[in-house]
Formats: sequence, structure tokens, C-alpha cells
Amino acid sequence: MKRKPPPAPTLISNELAWFGYPLLLWLMFFMAAPLFLVIALGFFSRGEYGGVEAQLTLENFHRLFDPVYFTIFVRSITLSLVTALICLALSYPMAWAMASASQKWRLYFTVGLAIPFMTNLIIRVYAIKLCVGMDGPLQSLLTWLHISFDPYQISQNQTLVFYGMITSYLPFMVFPIYAALEKFDFSLVEAAEDLGASQLKVLFSVILPNTRTAAVNSFTLVFVPCLGEFVIPDLLGGAKTMLAGNLITEQFLKARDWPFGAALSLGLMTVLLVLPYLLRRIFIPKAKAAA
Amino acid sequence: MKKGLASSKERARPQAPLWAFGVLIAVLIVLYLPIIVMMVNSVLVKTDTWHFGFDWYLQIWNDEELVDALVRSLEVGLISSTVATLISGMAAIALLRSRFRWAHIVNSLSYLSLILPELVFALALLSWFFVLKIQLSLMTVIFAHVTFSLSFVLMTVNGRLATLDVSIEDAARDLGASEMTILRRVIVPAVLAALASGFLLSFLLSFDDFLITFYTSGVGSDTLPIRLYTAMKVGLNAKLSALATLMFLLTFTLIMGLTKMRGLRQILTEEGH
Repeated sequence: MKRKPPPAPTLISNELAWFGYPLLLWLMFFMAAPLFLVIALGFFSRGEYGGVEAQLTLENFHRLFDPVYFTIFVRSITLSLVTALICLALSYPMAWAMASASQKWRLYFTVGLAIPFMTNLIIRVYAIKLCVGMDGPLQSLLTWLHISFDPYQISQNQTLVFYGMITSYLPFMVFPIYAALEKFDFSLVEAAEDLGASQLKVLFSVILPNTRTAAVNSFTLVFVPCLGEFVIPDLLGGAKTMLAGNLITEQFLKARDWPFGAALSLGLMTVLLVLPYLLRRIFIPKAKAAA
Repeated sequence: MKKGLASSKERARPQAPLWAFGVLIAVLIVLYLPIIVMMVNSVLVKTDTWHFGFDWYLQIWNDEELVDALVRSLEVGLISSTVATLISGMAAIALLRSRFRWAHIVNSLSYLSLILPELVFALALLSWFFVLKIQLSLMTVIFAHVTFSLSFVLMTVNGRLATLDVSIEDAARDLGASEMTILRRVIVPAVLAALASGFLLSFLLSFDDFLITFYTSGVGSDTLPIRLYTAMKVGLNAKLSALATLMFLLTFTLIMGLTKMRGLRQILTEEGH
């Protein structure tokens, strides 16, 4: 799977260059333009009946710091960070086990993790709800064991949101770390063990520092979709655990306050750009030189 | 300590400790358990006692609305992945086999579409369609699906083109072949497999998409995931389990197809590096 650097074509022609235009135009029209629109929308005011008025204002951004909305943001960031940390803690042993398995088993594990990962989120959330819902196996088991419980509390709560987030985004973390461990020189582990390091010591002092780029990158890969998640908190969390994704969707589809929704999503994007950047600065000292 | 030395062909890898395998297996069980419960639920029918049967599946077949939604899902998937494969396949050739003037813009936009949160992309498109006064319909859903599939196809085809030996093309050129002939006889046959896995991947992404469809679909243009979501808000029943099982099996089949083509593995393990 190692890629050779492409040999430079000796004779390059420009006859096929126009092949690039459909993609360029499509991305400009359906990607760049809509994004610019959202940025602009954030500075407009809301019309009386939910439309958008061409009156410039900073009010929307000011409202971001209203404690009601600010709390939701802080809660979302905390939840996403914790999710990413748990994923990180799970990913290293998993990726290590995968990397040291035989070739055949490596493929089985990869496909085994990829299947639920590529399966529709709605299906996975449905399956989770089925397990914890009315007449589901969990509630039946609890009844059988004569443990009393609140059927509503048990089918919608923050733990389930964590569970849903972790199972959904774990592969984003496992695959890059696995790829890094594949390339990792395991003779370093042997050397450390020969020198008397314990297994945990090997993990924290040898493997982790040598694969930190993959760790930081995949931390971002988990953190980004978690922060914008709408479906999981909506279906598993109930009304108490509103997150940024639900708040934004509410502004766009229910309250029809598009300018504020746009401002909220710009706030979200800022967090998504700043936090991963800080992580890189802190944990990969060389990133500064490379960039 | 040296117990993990694998067969002589492979690089020496010390065995990971047993608890690491334990974590891996436990996570796999946790991932699959709900899906298995769902499958079991879909084939259990209660008359006097519980018994095995496909009654719920028959009910789906007789539910016109669900069948319509399925047809719409397939329609959106097929059209959007065809368009995406065509556009990105062409672009990959332009990017790697010519001096395309806007190459850096295309590259940064397609990178942006990979890292942009789905939610932001969805609401951006919704506002864009609103400003342009385009009525939300199945068409807008297709536009959206093409857009998020493009960079995945581009990545797949680029990967293949980058490893393709250019000397074959040079040889053809030396022998007097025109650029179009080279394209038709050398490049296209070589990237056909990559185009096919790009197509399958975009079909999979389109068939599974919920959030972007949720934002960009109009009245009467809901796809299967939207149906399932709306039905779930009302309540769960075995018929929904049957529907979800069918969707899962379709995804499963597509993934197996992709794995055979190596395209998926390549993307999954090389994306994040």
C-alpha cells in the first residue's frame, strides 16, 4: 500500500485541462458560494416573519454570549472533548491489538469496525433505542431482576448520548492510529521491554510519543463531527441535553431565525478551527516548523 | 516476550498484551449487539407464542409510502453518484495529467468539503437555495448529495492515477497517439476500478445520509432515513426493525463489494495519516 511518488510525465499536454472545469464550477456554486452566504447572513437581521432583512448588525454575535446559548456551547464542547478522550483511551489498545494481529485478522478487524461505521447513523441510533426502550432487552432484564427504574429516564439520557457518540466516531480514531502503528518500528517496544519497562510504561513512553501526530489528528476527526452532531442528542438525549447542533437546527428549521442560526454556526466553526489548532501547537512542537 | 514474532514474511511485531485484544473484542461486541437485537426483533412475530417469521418484511412491501421512499433513496443515490463520478473522474485526470490553472482552488475546496461539519454544509445549502428561490425538492437533495460525494471520488481516482506508470502514456504518445486516444485506450481502462469504487462509495454515502437530506428535502421528497427518523419519533415497532435491518443489509452488501475492490480499505487507512 506504500505509494511511490508519481514520476513526472515527460510530455504534459494541456488538451485535457478543461476536464477540471465542471468540478471547479460545481464546487464554487454549491460549496463556496453557500458558505460565503452563511458568513454574510450572520451580519443581517431577522425579518418580522422569519425572513432575512438587509440591515447590517452585530446583534447576532452579541447574542452568542447570552448565558442561555453560551451554556449550550460550553456543554457541547465539554461533551465532545470527553468523547474524544474516551475514544483516544479505547483506540490505542484496539489499534495496538489490530496491528499485532496476523494479516488475515487485521482485515477482519478492519472490516468488522468499518461495517457499523458505514451504516446509517439513524439505523444505529434506532438499534440502541430498541435495546433500551420499552419492552427492550435492558428493561426486561431489569424487571426480571426486580430492579426498579424509570422507563423514560432510562431510554433518554446523557449516558446514552455518550454511548452513541463514542460508538459512532470511534473508528475515526482507531483507523488513523492503526495506520500509524502499522508504520511504527516495533523494535523500539522490544528494546524498552528488554530494558525492563512495564506494558503501561511501553504504551505511555514509547508508543504514544511516537504516534502523537496521528493521535492529535484523529482527536480532531472525532471532535469535529461530535460538536456538530444533531441526530444523536436529538434521539437519545431527550429535551434536557440540548447541544450546539440541536440549537442551530432549531434556529434554522423551527424558530426560523436564520441570521442568528448563521452566527451560531460561525461560532461553532471558530471553535472547530481554534481548538484543533491549539492541540497541534501544544502536542506537536514540530508542527510549527513544518507549517 | 518474543512470542509475537510472526511468520518470516511479515515484519516482526511484538504481540500486544491480552487486555488490548480484550478491549478490541469488547468494543466489537458493543458495536454489534444492538444491531443483532434489532435483527432478532425484526423476525420475531407474536401470535399466541413468539415465533420466527417474515411477516414484518411483508408489511413493508405492502406499505406504499415506504416503497416510495425506498425508490426515491435509490433514485437519489444512483443519479448523484453517477454525476459525482463523472465530474470528479474528469477532474482527477485534469489535475494529474495536465496543468489545470485552478488546481489549487479545486484541491482546497474539496479538502474543505471533507473537513466541513455536515451541519454547516447543510444549512449553508438550505440558505443558498432559499436565496436563489429554488424550491426544495428531490432535485435539491440530488445537488447536495453530488456535492458531498465529489471529494471522495476525487480522492479515490487521484490515488489510482498517482500510482499509474506515466511511461505507458509517454510510450503511446511517442507512437503517435492523440491525447483523446491515450485517454480512451490507456487512462480510462486503468482507472475504471477506481471509478467503480468511487461510484459505490458515493452511493453508500448518499443512501446513508440523513442530516443533509433532512435540511434540503422538500415536501414529499423524503428518503428512507428521513422516513425512519420521523417514524422513530412516534414510536418503535418491529416493522421499523425490519426496515432498518433491510437498510443495514444493503449497506453491508455494498461495503463487502467495496472491500473486494480495496478502495475502502485504502481510504479508511490513508485518510487521516
